[in-house]
Amino acid sequence: MVAIEDYVARIEGTCGEEKDVIVIFKYDKKDDAIAKILKKAKVEKSISGIIFELTFNGISFRIYANGKAIFRGVKNKDELNKTLANLLV
Amino acid sequence: MLDPYKVREDFPILKRKINNHNLIYFDNAATSQKPRQVIEAIEDFYTNHNANVHRAVHTLSQEASELYEGAHEEVAKFINAKNMAETIFVRGTTEATNLVAYAWGLRSLKRGDEVVLSLMEHHSNIVPWELLSKIIGFNVKYADVNADGTLNYEDFESKFSSKTKMACVGHVSNVNGVVNDVKHLVKVAHENGALILVDGAQSVPHLPVDVKDLDVDFLAFSGHKMLGPTGIGVLYGKEEILEKMEPFHGGGEMIKEVSFNPATGRCRITWNDLPWRFEAGTPDISGGVGLMEAVKYLKKIGMQNVKEHEEMLTEYTVKYMRECEKIKIYGPKDLSAKCGIIPFTVEDLSSHDVALFLDNCGIMIRSGLHCAQPLHQIFKLQSSARASFYIYNTREEIDRFMEVLKEITQI
Repeated sequence: MVAIEDYVARIEGTCGEEKDVIVIFKYDKKDDAIAKILKKAKVEKSISGIIFELTFNGISFRIYANGKAIFRGVKNKDELNKTLANLLV
Repeated sequence: MLDPYKVREDFPILKRKINNHNLIYFDNAATSQKPRQVIEAIEDFYTNHNANVHRAVHTLSQEASELYEGAHEEVAKFINAKNMAETIFVRGTTEATNLVAYAWGLRSLKRGDEVVLSLMEHHSNIVPWELLSKIIGFNVKYADVNADGTLNYEDFESKFSSKTKMACVGHVSNVNGVVNDVKHLVKVAHENGALILVDGAQSVPHLPVDVKDLDVDFLAFSGHKMLGPTGIGVLYGKEEILEKMEPFHGGGEMIKEVSFNPATGRCRITWNDLPWRFEAGTPDISGGVGLMEAVKYLKKIGMQNVKEHEEMLTEYTVKYMRECEKIKIYGPKDLSAKCGIIPFTVEDLSSHDVALFLDNCGIMIRSGLHCAQPLHQIFKLQSSARASFYIYNTREEIDRFMEVLKEITQI
């Protein structure tokens, strides 16, 4: 059974009122994770193949080619986990 | 003059590649990288001299004690303290501030007294006093900051009254690198009968700092921001003030005697001499050894050279950034009273996006509030990106940084 933990190394809440959440994918799984996400989420914009601006179920986020993602306006940890599960599992 | 290319040879980490790019490390205000001399000194300690310090007669303990005491002496000379009794080793600036708040403040402040801070302080210089004020009931007053991020000196002076017992200010802002006129602030505090604690976390690693010349009562700084290891820092305090203070933590090392008195059923305790009175328990001996080596390294370069090198890098970067319409720099236009810390934003992008894009290209900067939320409120910012320099950074690195920043502004 595939789990979020298979792909995600760390989740960091940023400081600041924006309350962004940074998701860092496991180094050896990052390409797989990005490929899965790109299949499911809507690509709003792709910048130089380095950044992808995406939306999924009303949540906007950015993925960087080095295996890091910023999620905006996520209400809480449960919502983030649910979103990640829908995208990755 | 400092030769950053020669300096770089001493820093093994700078040979690393990140995401197939040469590592460019511009997060020095958060922590500095470590030269091989510091790494080897720590390795040598554990390989050849490791033992607990003081009160043992065996050879290794004496060697460890000599190294650890030598570290205190080296640090004392570095900041021109009277002697090593005035340099207490702590975990870092945060612990040093807490030490003053609790060991001095808990016994010297009472309800109705006042402590003056400023709105440009790092949280570590705010939170201990706010916490303590909830226990004692003294007031905390905050001096204002001008729109350009410099301290409002008039407002600072106006906050003092006969009730003011302590002032706490940063020497250099960790957000915008502004260098405060500490000599003036000390004069103001002393004229009003107050003591002053200076947060030197961003000044001691980057400028010549002379505690006698500044006449500060307390100075706090961290080893890891000045080439030393994490977990070791320093509280300087004037000997005559430290002598009157009760200990912060209790335990071994900080006592001379603990004798049980059967008549009273209690223990009678006498405190150890300075600085050990404030260093309870087994200290971070290897950290002290690493810090000593870091201090020796900086002394060899010369702190004036460190300062001038960072000023050159700052001027070079700011000039570049000002050419870019979409980049906004925060802080004073006049760079003469500024260290190598540059906070900035890129139009329409969050600071975290900027930092992640740069990370993708091997460039490490910080994003967020940098533990100084009140100052960000003044700038009306939710967060900022921050580039900060040190002795191993070069103009070529800044060229590459600006090349990537310009790419970011095209997004």
